[in-house]
Amino acid sequence: MKTVRSTFRFKGGVHPDYNKELARGKVIETMPCPAELVVSMSQHLGAPATCVVKAGDYVVKGQLLGARNGFISVPVHAPANGLVKAVEPRLGPAGGKAPAVVLDTTAPAPDGVDVAERTLPPLDWRAATKEDLLARIDEAGLCGMGGAGFPTSVKLNPPPGKRCEYLVVNGAECEPYLCADFRLMLERADRVRVGVEILRKILGDCAVRLAVEANKPEAIAALETAFADIDGNVEIVVLPVLYPQGSEKHQIYATVGRVVPEPPALPIDVGCVVENVGTVAAVADAVEKGQVLLSRVTTVSGDAVREPKNVEAPLGTKYADLVAFCGGESEPPAKVISGGTMMGFAVPSLEIATTKTTSGLLLLSRRRVSQYSSQACINCGRCVRACPMTLNAAEIAKAVEADDIASAEAAHVMSCIECGACTFVCPAYRPITQFCRRAKASIRARLAAERAKAAAAAKPA
Amino acid sequence: MKPKDTAEHYILSSSPHTHARSSVSRIMLDVIVALLPTTAAGIWFFGLPAVWTIATCVATCLVTEALCRLAMKRENTLGDLSAVVTGLLLALNLPAGLPLWMAVVGSVFAIGVAKQVFGGLGMNPFNPALAARAFMLISFTGPMTTWLKPLWWKTPEAMTTATPLAAMKRLYGCDVVTQATPHVEKALSGLPSLWDLLVGNMPGCIGEVSTLALALGAAYLLVRKVITWHIPVAFLVTVWLYAYFAGGAPAHLQVLTGGVMIGACFMATDYVTSPTTAKGKLVFGFGCGLLCMLIRQFGAYPEGCSFAILIMNALAPLINRWTQPKPFGGK
Repeated sequence: MKTVRSTFRFKGGVHPDYNKELARGKVIETMPCPAELVVSMSQHLGAPATCVVKAGDYVVKGQLLGARNGFISVPVHAPANGLVKAVEPRLGPAGGKAPAVVLDTTAPAPDGVDVAERTLPPLDWRAATKEDLLARIDEAGLCGMGGAGFPTSVKLNPPPGKRCEYLVVNGAECEPYLCADFRLMLERADRVRVGVEILRKILGDCAVRLAVEANKPEAIAALETAFADIDGNVEIVVLPVLYPQGSEKHQIYATVGRVVPEPPALPIDVGCVVENVGTVAAVADAVEKGQVLLSRVTTVSGDAVREPKNVEAPLGTKYADLVAFCGGESEPPAKVISGGTMMGFAVPSLEIATTKTTSGLLLLSRRRVSQYSSQACINCGRCVRACPMTLNAAEIAKAVEADDIASAEAAHVMSCIECGACTFVCPAYRPITQFCRRAKASIRARLAAERAKAAAAAKPA
Repeated sequence: MKPKDTAEHYILSSSPHTHARSSVSRIMLDVIVALLPTTAAGIWFFGLPAVWTIATCVATCLVTEALCRLAMKRENTLGDLSAVVTGLLLALNLPAGLPLWMAVVGSVFAIGVAKQVFGGLGMNPFNPALAARAFMLISFTGPMTTWLKPLWWKTPEAMTTATPLAAMKRLYGCDVVTQATPHVEKALSGLPSLWDLLVGNMPGCIGEVSTLALALGAAYLLVRKVITWHIPVAFLVTVWLYAYFAGGAPAHLQVLTGGVMIGACFMATDYVTSPTTAKGKLVFGFGCGLLCMLIRQFGAYPEGCSFAILIMNALAPLINRWTQPKPFGGK
């Protein structure tokens, strides 16, 4: 095991105000279970889980609430004992509504119900087979906890003919304000180590690269200690502080020097699998302790929170309860963000609840939030220089503004990772990222329609 | 817990939720600051007439901009300071002592015709100040090529004189103007010393003479990251190399005289009318330098910088198309 500096620097990138000092010194605190949990069936990328409980049921911590529904899907479990008050569509952080189980955790258990937490039998990962381990990860409801929420077991099971040469563990945490991954690496480096060994077993003795930004020296030191005696090809790669260093493609480039081709290519096409540190630690708990995914660490921060903290909260904790646990609001927030300031979602209400991908909750005061009206593009080229995908963001934005989606597609808008660097630097305050999203949505809708049409045509009349 | 009904009104917007805090007006202000040294040098060398020209152009540009926006029923854009930059750049590209009504006409053309007709800032295909200068050079050829001598010029008896470029054109024989005046003979008798060339003690437009002041301003723009090095360096290197290999006047004279410095650092770098990518900027700068020297050597005018940049402005969209960046991971 050795620590090296990244020698591959991607083009573009920006330096937003990180504001990490608000929460970086705060030890992870476990939050008591709130009186009500809102557990969404759609906490991951892919099809929402199929709800298997109904209003009036009493559920026990660890019990299945939603079953995996299709290939790209993960199951959802009860984060606490409680009475199912309702199963109804609820607003999620990203804006859409999805079925959610509303749990009253204060309701007394009916007579005769065993209220002990439902756990899976612990597995000895050294003795277990790859299939056992994958089945466990699937059963435990694990998905990428860095933000996208891709089902972990699917990612760890490359299609035939593709082999993983490098497991890249993503501890970059390049989003402003967020410290959840930093605290996790600092406080639970041993869990990350176990997780890495399990993943390495599943992926078949690949090399391991632990990617951490240079602004987290304490985390690097903790990982160095935890991984000191690990055998095999393992390196901690210290990355320059640059947003979006945590982007999968850019992290692969920074750690291994390989470039993932344009979509639909995936990291596995260049022999890489990227997993967030939080996911890796959750893998260790799922295998060694038999714990299904019931909680996660979320950074609650921003200048409108009285005491910014890193909180381990049950999944389904409403934002209002998280804020209350952090001393409440120091002043009325002007904007509430689920995630970080670069890629997070502005949410309309504190009634929204955490999911497996909620890395942060930010409450920003009026001073931190400005509303701008955008001006005409002055062609300054800042967005082009900032774009980590080296797209001509200005051209794409102008094309979309003129409803010319074809030109945007020709300018490779589908490669856009929506990191927000272009909008961040635009002196004319143009919502370039939003234009890109609009183009991508439009193109996806067109492709889906074309597929549907082709399928209909293929069907015999 | 019952959801609060009306208490919460959080701002909803698409990410990102933070900004680098740059702005168009801040960029324009930086350009104005960067132009201050050469403005001061122009006033030092040409005195009050320079002050009047600058004040007239800036004021006329602002008034024209306001009136155009009013007539077009669009929002007022004086606050973005681009009209100030256009006025200042136009004035710096005019000879001191030009009748002020001509400066007014030029300024109205710059904002009204070259900029607002196309829809305002960001939409104009040509650099407004240069378009206006070209218009004035054709409309008022005499006054536009009558150069007030610098206050510290070595031939105190003359009021007006030829620029070193015009003198060079005569001296090195690519000349179409044949009648040499006594002033020209005097200028020929001694081209400005290197020091005079650097500080700007020579006849010329108000803001083009002082290479040192222009370099100071360009350095400020580079440090503030308002411009990148690509266009100025490509432009200046091309001019120097052309002059070096074409023979004739010493190569450095071609760089240090006329509008090359102000053109390379302040006019060709105009965002709206130049390419976006680094590669495109290099092509653009090279084209500007090449055309400038071709016009200087073979054209009717001794100076070709403005026309060179205007022609390249027209080519900028094409260069942009040729130099689209390859996406990360793309083919």
